[in-house]
Amino acid sequence: MATTDAAITLYRLQACPFCERVVRKLDEYDLDYRSRFVEPMHSDRDIVKRISGKRTVPAIVDENTGVTMSESANIVSYLRDTYGTEHASAGTRAEAE
Amino acid sequence: MSGIDFEVVELGDADAVEVGERAPDFTRPLVDDEFWEDVSLSDLVAEGPVVLVFTTMDGAFPSTYMWNAIRDRGWGTEGGPAAEATVVGLSISTPYEHKTLVRERGMDYRLFADPSNAVAESYGIVNDLDGMEGVTEPRPAVFAIDSNQVVQYAWFASEWPDFPDYDEVEAALEDL
Repeated sequence: MATTDAAITLYRLQACPFCERVVRKLDEYDLDYRSRFVEPMHSDRDIVKRISGKRTVPAIVDENTGVTMSESANIVSYLRDTYGTEHASAGTRAEAE
Repeated sequence: MSGIDFEVVELGDADAVEVGERAPDFTRPLVDDEFWEDVSLSDLVAEGPVVLVFTTMDGAFPSTYMWNAIRDRGWGTEGGPAAEATVVGLSISTPYEHKTLVRERGMDYRLFADPSNAVAESYGIVNDLDGMEGVTEPRPAVFAIDSNQVVQYAWFASEWPDFPDYDEVEAALEDL
């Protein structure tokens, strides 16, 4: 899912496996997110630096919790800890629709 | 006989969206100098009037000329024509090329990337490119869209090359 009014923004790079890992988790938890694609050139990723303090992607901003985070492993654990318990109910909702 | 020995190609009639009609909505990656994300025309219209500028692919001289002119005239910027409007561009170029154009032109405008050219199709302004098999792009065009997403001004190229009458557009923008 990708909507412009989503609470979660994912800063990503095209074809970046670490970013896809986060995407898979977002999809697994049925979370709405907005994708912002940035430059392949590390030195040109000023927007990511401004929001997260680093130029690495993936990085997410979650307005639900006020959390900004980089490093895919950290993000995946964060998503699991924050949204993992809702996984079952989200799945039920999807089935009901 | 003008005595000028170059060819200005007639593009003929187009079945373009007209003044008073609803501007067809679309969602495409919208590119600034730092990133791109999917944005709908209706998202922009929700914030106010929109000036939608269709150009040739990035790198072709008409798009360079048009953005230089729009930047220098300050459309959509404080104190400039249509200061409250969002001025955005669209071409078939990829987001990567758009970022380069935005940076090289030093322009404060975002550009939609539509390699499929489907948006130009929905606006009735497709230009089939001679000598580039399988490639189509929009005719150069300007649509001024009010906050109800209704077209209030429309211009599209009828020759190749052809440029908007910037003064005429600015007069129309005053009424947006």
